[in-house]
Amino acid sequence: MAVLNAAAPTGVAPNRRRRPRRERWTPYLLIAPAVVLVAVFLVYPIGSVVYYSLYDYNVTKPWSNGFVGLGNYVTMVEDSLFWQSLVFTAQWVFVEVGLQLVFGLALALVINETFVGRALGRALVFAPWAVSGVLTTTIWLLIYNPTTGFGRYLADAGIGTYGTSPLAEAGSAFWALVVAELWRGIPFFALLILADLQSISGDLYESAEVDGAGRFRRFWSITLPHLRNAIIISTLLRAVWEFNNVDLLYTLTGGGPGNATMTLPLYVARLAIDAKEFGYGSALTMAAFVILALFSVTYLWLVRMGKDQKA
Amino acid sequence: MSPTLTAAPPAAPPRPPVAPRSRRSADPRRTPRWAIYLPLAVYLLFTLVPFYWILLFAFRETGSTSLFPWPLTLDHFSTVWNGAGFSVFFKNSVIIAVLTVFFSTTIALVGGYALARFSFRGKGAFMLMMLCTQFIPGAMMLIPLFDIFRATFLINSLWSIVVADVVFHLPLSLMLMAGFIRNIPIELEEAAWIDGCGRLRGFLATVLPLLRPGIVAIGSFAFISAWNNFLFALMFLNSQEQFTVPVGLSYLLGEYSVDFGALAAGGVVAVVPVVVVFAYIQRYLVQGLSAGAVKG
Repeated sequence: MAVLNAAAPTGVAPNRRRRPRRERWTPYLLIAPAVVLVAVFLVYPIGSVVYYSLYDYNVTKPWSNGFVGLGNYVTMVEDSLFWQSLVFTAQWVFVEVGLQLVFGLALALVINETFVGRALGRALVFAPWAVSGVLTTTIWLLIYNPTTGFGRYLADAGIGTYGTSPLAEAGSAFWALVVAELWRGIPFFALLILADLQSISGDLYESAEVDGAGRFRRFWSITLPHLRNAIIISTLLRAVWEFNNVDLLYTLTGGGPGNATMTLPLYVARLAIDAKEFGYGSALTMAAFVILALFSVTYLWLVRMGKDQKA
Repeated sequence: MSPTLTAAPPAAPPRPPVAPRSRRSADPRRTPRWAIYLPLAVYLLFTLVPFYWILLFAFRETGSTSLFPWPLTLDHFSTVWNGAGFSVFFKNSVIIAVLTVFFSTTIALVGGYALARFSFRGKGAFMLMMLCTQFIPGAMMLIPLFDIFRATFLINSLWSIVVADVVFHLPLSLMLMAGFIRNIPIELEEAAWIDGCGRLRGFLATVLPLLRPGIVAIGSFAFISAWNNFLFALMFLNSQEQFTVPVGLSYLLGEYSVDFGALAAGGVVAVVPVVVVFAYIQRYLVQGLSAGAVKG
């Protein structure tokens, strides 16, 4: 809701009489640069993806380029890696967003309290938000690596064995990725919740206290219902963002071991950057767009259904 | 959401209400301190130990296994800065980030003013378009943008990254800027108009000075996003003289026999500018979110 509310023009109705004259075209001139940029570099490219998806298009093999109709889509349906990446994407988004919700909510509640050192604590807790995916990889690679990581120091202390990296095996690689992304993702989720927590009126808690509501009851009956919209929007935003997130996956595992951590957008990025398979990559992009749109619509629809039933 | 926005001008971030009861430590309604400090300490450990780990390797001598970077060495920094070419990558990243900040902030200032002060046909559609762009994955734009840049001879030019970064960051800047301008009372401008100022002079004289903290915050967000961008630079730049810091770092990661000290030093070089900027804007984060304008 945050996003939608802020976008609505909130009661700014400039007094027309005192306004400088001859301004009918001014607002259009002012937004023109933004419109032109977005149209040329975002809207047009999306259109061109539709076009490319019908072509064999590889910049390194120009001799075999040409119109193939729905050929790329047929390849896609028959591509087991495509289906595998879809399943992994769902798993990745679900686990990552779920854990971010739990920890982010808890962190926001803690940080919203008044305590000594709050400003510093907040700054430190939110710091990983500003860190890039590549840097996150650098940091966590040092931690996971068998010679430089925690494992080696634990083994020195007699816990565990030397020479194992969590990135080497499919199962542990998944959790290694999840932890690294949580490190960067929880702060942002907590921020989203915190922004909304701060808008709860203290009066509500006061009167609930007067009525004898305990701490848990106050959280359940005041805080959580108030946060409902923020939680819905935050989980949706985070889900879309984790879906789109490629930097960390590309650099930390590159989809490995053995394509076990390949998400669909990562697959597209690897086709574009490494294989230069633009035609097939565009077809997969179309699939990703459709999935994103279906997911967003379904999610918001389910949420509305839930609301209607309650009311 | 709007209370945070309308309550105070951007200069003053909303302070937590300091309830008088927090002084009475015996108050049973007060959250027990351990319930705050314990989870916070655990979480801080999770946040800070990874930062410490990279600092440890960046400043520790090769071959040492001490858990403290002592004796301190700067060798790894000279290795990445001079040997691995980070001096060039750093310069490229700075150029890209500065240009991105300049263009996205300027365009957002102009467009944000239109959104905040005018009502015009198509405004709703324009805002909707801006919001929708938030859902477009950067990875999905690699292929079509590569083609556009190749056709315009921008491939392997820093300008391709500037254009892509500006386009992707613009909607956020624009929404945030519109929110900041809306918070400045229109009466200030009207007074200037009565005194005979035009739209532009009125804006420059009354709105712009008050908007400075907001502009700095928006510019900082753009800086962080441009500084951190990896995929575009990886795709659109192909000669080493044009690499940015994240791309350089990714090549250090990929090297087979990794020099961990150099890798960690490269990471520190990459994080320092971001940390400095973050230290400044972290107090705007919550407000920025309220305006729906910050991405994770």
